[in-house]
Amino acid sequence: MSECFQKSKGQLPTPQLIFETGSAGRSGFFWPDNPKTKPEWIPARFLRDDIPGFPELGELEVMRHFTRLSHLNYSIEGQFYPLGSCTMKYNPKINEVVARLTGLSLLHPLAPLPLIQGALELLRGLERMLAEICGMDHVTLQPAAGAQGEMTGLMMVRAYLSARGNPRRKILIPDTAHGTNPASSTLCSYEVVQVPSNDRGIIEAKKVKEVMDEEVAGLMITNPNTFGIFEQDIQAIAEIIHEKGGLIYMDGANLNALMGIAKPGDMGVDLLHMNLHKTFSTPHGGGGPGAGPVGVKGFLQDYLPVPRIIQGAEGYELSEDFPKSVGRVRSFFGNFGILVRAYSYIISLGSDGLEEASRMALLNANYVRSRLKEHYHVPYSEPCLHECVFTDRLQQKHGVHTIDIAKRLLDYGFHPPTIYFPLVVSGAIMIEPTETESPETLDAFIDALISIAREAKESPSLVKSAPHTTPVGRLDETRAARNLILRWNPSKEDGK
Amino acid sequence: MDFPEGLKYSKEHEWVLVEDDVAIIGITEFAQGELGDIVFVELPEVGEKISKDDPFGSLESVKAVSDIFAPISGTVVEINDALPDSPETINEDPYGDGWMIKVQMTDMNELKDLMSPEDYAEFIKQQNEEEDEDEGD
Repeated sequence: MSECFQKSKGQLPTPQLIFETGSAGRSGFFWPDNPKTKPEWIPARFLRDDIPGFPELGELEVMRHFTRLSHLNYSIEGQFYPLGSCTMKYNPKINEVVARLTGLSLLHPLAPLPLIQGALELLRGLERMLAEICGMDHVTLQPAAGAQGEMTGLMMVRAYLSARGNPRRKILIPDTAHGTNPASSTLCSYEVVQVPSNDRGIIEAKKVKEVMDEEVAGLMITNPNTFGIFEQDIQAIAEIIHEKGGLIYMDGANLNALMGIAKPGDMGVDLLHMNLHKTFSTPHGGGGPGAGPVGVKGFLQDYLPVPRIIQGAEGYELSEDFPKSVGRVRSFFGNFGILVRAYSYIISLGSDGLEEASRMALLNANYVRSRLKEHYHVPYSEPCLHECVFTDRLQQKHGVHTIDIAKRLLDYGFHPPTIYFPLVVSGAIMIEPTETESPETLDAFIDALISIAREAKESPSLVKSAPHTTPVGRLDETRAARNLILRWNPSKEDGK
Repeated sequence: MDFPEGLKYSKEHEWVLVEDDVAIIGITEFAQGELGDIVFVELPEVGEKISKDDPFGSLESVKAVSDIFAPISGTVVEINDALPDSPETINEDPYGDGWMIKVQMTDMNELKDLMSPEDYAEFIKQQNEEEDEDEGD
């Protein structure tokens, strides 16, 4: 254990539930009179009975309880977060400063147009910058998440094809896709046809040709895909799809690999969504909300959601006068505060900075891949872009699986990578270091994984029973999933 | 690993027990082992039509959600009602109490595409060998 980078936080006692602490009669507050006396003037139906098992604590105990819990938080500002496909990059604080400017943060969403010209200018600017980065002609900023962007995009595909006489029935999706792709297709009443990837981890034009017909509305492709591998056949694939009247939708979840280097619009992509909370460094996960703008080529612009910002005689206006539009997909104008942060990110990096960010993300992922490939099985020999995928094949012979490796990383002070995704790789370990990590952090993380590979060989039980230094040990995920208990129930003695 | 006689097997790791024109369908021991602990089962409803190679339900394990692909086509005549409440049955007894659906088959010829126990055992062995060959890179 001496090689552990971060030992147990010895000063922290085993965390107890607040229900397990305190003592009868203790309180942080006392009524002036007998606390048991209920004021007569409060109608009986509003009075609460005693709750069995309700914790009784002093104010300091409550403070310490929640402060202690807050110290158990794991965040990018404390530690490395190599969660593949999630792009847990650092979000520069300048974004927060800009978003908190009172002219932006206190703006009323129903303020009259003359008072929001600056905000509209910012949104127009962001639309234009995102369009430029993706090689698209127009962008809507309304969708509030990547998945909503997908749905908005597919609604536009359906509207466009319907206007041409037939919305068609099917959507082609590679087997490496994020789960949201088939979900969005189903929500938009399309049947999903899976396209298998080959032994190099990409889909081939000839496979697409086999399943492409006049009933296919389009292909949803993620590029680079979830293996972090660039879909090299993309142009040939786009030709096959276009020839039969289908559209190419790109899931832009991995756009952080391409910024300033390659434009999806030049690869035959007709429309795509971008995840501002990934590529453009806006808050992420529970810290969101997200934003999933959609970019389209000119021929799709009539179908964009409304309202759209247009240049009027006296400045910017919000127009709903687009009869072919798929309509409104979000209240007001999307998550404005998030859009401000993405604007700030793009402006502060500039075009050279964005390209440099992508190149660093690629370099970091390839560094991790190259240092670890002797120790963990790599399913595909292609070089990766922004993320890399390993498996537990070499560790399996010692009885150690991906889940054990992930849990053991916790003992070394690292958040585990994404595991068991992409689904097509058995025991996948998916690492996305992002551009914001230093070589020292990457080395510490890689050394931890190498050390775990050695432990898997020499003392597999140590890995299989991990974590050992966290406040709670290995959780029984199966029992938790089969026996869902979502809240503490004080009426049961042990609460279980 | 167990590959009971009398069953037919699909490449998607389902087994089929044929009784006249009704097929009883479940997943193999190999499949349940690969999935890990199953925590949620989604089955079609009685009367629903299923078609060969299309998903007819899904299994959720602590690792992932996986589709269950129909090994044959037909109409669902009975489902194993006990599974949604006790998904662990599939792990514990995949060839017995872990059966999933009974289907009135529409095309008995489709059974020809399924494998015998020996062929399925060989199929799994080959898959494992292919994986081991990949290990070189």
